[in-house]
Amino acid sequence: MAVLRREDTSDCFVMPGKMVLPVQYFAGRAGSQFIISLRDERKILGVKCPQCKKVYVPPREYCEKDFTKLDENWVEVGNQGVVANFTVVHYNDKHLPLKAPYILALIKLDGADTPIAHIVSGIDPEKVSIGLRVEAVFADKTTNTILDIDHFAPIVD
Amino acid sequence: MGKKNRNVAIVGIGQTEYSSHKEYQNQPEMINEAVRAALKDANLTLDDIDCVVHGNMELFECVHQPDLWHVLGTGAFGKPQFRITTGGTTGATIVCAADNLVASGMYDVVMAIGFEKLQEAGSTTAGITNMADALWYRHLQTGALTSAEANLTIDEFGAERARRAAIKHRIMMDKNATINPRAHRRFGLEYEQAEDLMKTSPPLVGELRLIHMCSQSDGACVMIFAAEEKAKAISSKPVWVRDHIAVHKEEMVANNYAYERPETSHHTAARKLFARNGITDPVEYFDVFEMYDPSTWWGMDWIREFLLLEGDAHIRMVENGDLNIDGKLPLNPSGGVTSSNPIGATAMARVAEAALQLRGDAGPHQIKKEVRHGLASGFGGTMWTVLVMLEKDLDWQEVN
Repeated sequence: MAVLRREDTSDCFVMPGKMVLPVQYFAGRAGSQFIISLRDERKILGVKCPQCKKVYVPPREYCEKDFTKLDENWVEVGNQGVVANFTVVHYNDKHLPLKAPYILALIKLDGADTPIAHIVSGIDPEKVSIGLRVEAVFADKTTNTILDIDHFAPIVD
Repeated sequence: MGKKNRNVAIVGIGQTEYSSHKEYQNQPEMINEAVRAALKDANLTLDDIDCVVHGNMELFECVHQPDLWHVLGTGAFGKPQFRITTGGTTGATIVCAADNLVASGMYDVVMAIGFEKLQEAGSTTAGITNMADALWYRHLQTGALTSAEANLTIDEFGAERARRAAIKHRIMMDKNATINPRAHRRFGLEYEQAEDLMKTSPPLVGELRLIHMCSQSDGACVMIFAAEEKAKAISSKPVWVRDHIAVHKEEMVANNYAYERPETSHHTAARKLFARNGITDPVEYFDVFEMYDPSTWWGMDWIREFLLLEGDAHIRMVENGDLNIDGKLPLNPSGGVTSSNPIGATAMARVAEAALQLRGDAGPHQIKKEVRHGLASGFGGTMWTVLVMLEKDLDWQEVN
């Protein structure tokens, strides 16, 4: 059996550090319009490509494939959609929005061709599945971020 | 020295305006503006691009692997893409990479993208300072803010002459920036303000005052490179990349405070590049020099380094106006880096601006006399240099 030898590190300095870097994020006009509609009207907007007819949520200024200008074709998509994929978070950490376990999902909203990432609550993480129909539950207070949608909840028939 | 498998030309250039107010664009949107401008300039579409090279200062916007997100704006969807991040030299290193990728025969048409959003980054000095070794330097340095070159210049030429030359040099840069519609800081300074500026500009570190230091800008620069045959078909005014060199000299930082000064990375780069291309008198040979001048004191000192001058020749050039836009060797007709510094784009903008001068397409800051031979430099890290030679005509003699 191999014996692991441990080096003597008693006189080796380890310098603790902490990086605190201020940072901003410019959302741009398209991203800002999305948040404004979400915040003020509780409407989820996408942009429709006049070439390929795809509806992109979140919106973008230009199509990345052919640079067709998209942000003149705003369309409202539904507040309801379907879980396209998901994962269950089982660990806790300071940067996470909720206590584990919770569900992160890709949700394809009705009328959209691309999914957005969000939290699914109100269902046992063991029971979530691809194809689950969900609905946006809006936050009481705005943060001017995608978290103006607090989470998505299963649609109860 | 026949080092290239085939000749490479710049066939498209696109730049955003450089500014501190781009709240209306996120990163891929800002990049996309320059990408579309470069494609339009080259009269190409995305289909014509074989490969994309992308870069900026690592983590300055606190985004990990931004090249992935930025595909929304770069046009790299479905194409090979490389990311390059070599500090301040990034933009020039991307140029070297694109040149090599085309010269090697790997790709025929390569799009090079340099960008930065320093207004999103918030604190570049914090970022740069944290790169320093935690045991020896981190507590003892001030990022890119330094007065070492100013001290050496003053020591050599006296405070009065050095300070006057430096502020004259800075005002000359501002005069160029003021006529460049893409430049960030355009103060409209006059030479009569020199006395006042030397006293009233806020001091930063030692002799370095705010007016001497570069800006923190947002912006993107995009260039399209093509192999000779394609370049001639694409562009009526291709600008040829004759040669480039990169030199890193880490030891210079420690030696800033030592008694004997080592040869700078700039001097080494220039000496080797000119020798292997048979350039014996760079001041005579080149018609434009776009230099990465992060501060006036650095920039003024580096004239001597890059042009292989001796004594006070560089100070005299400043004093005599030889580096003005209508002088013997126009330096930074764009206004240079003290006027605009979107770091990841900055070193590429030096090459792009030099190329535009060779094409005659620089705009209001076009040099009036004919521009046939261009020099552009990148600077970064702890004394890194990239130096690029551009030619209007494909007629140079290879040197063995």
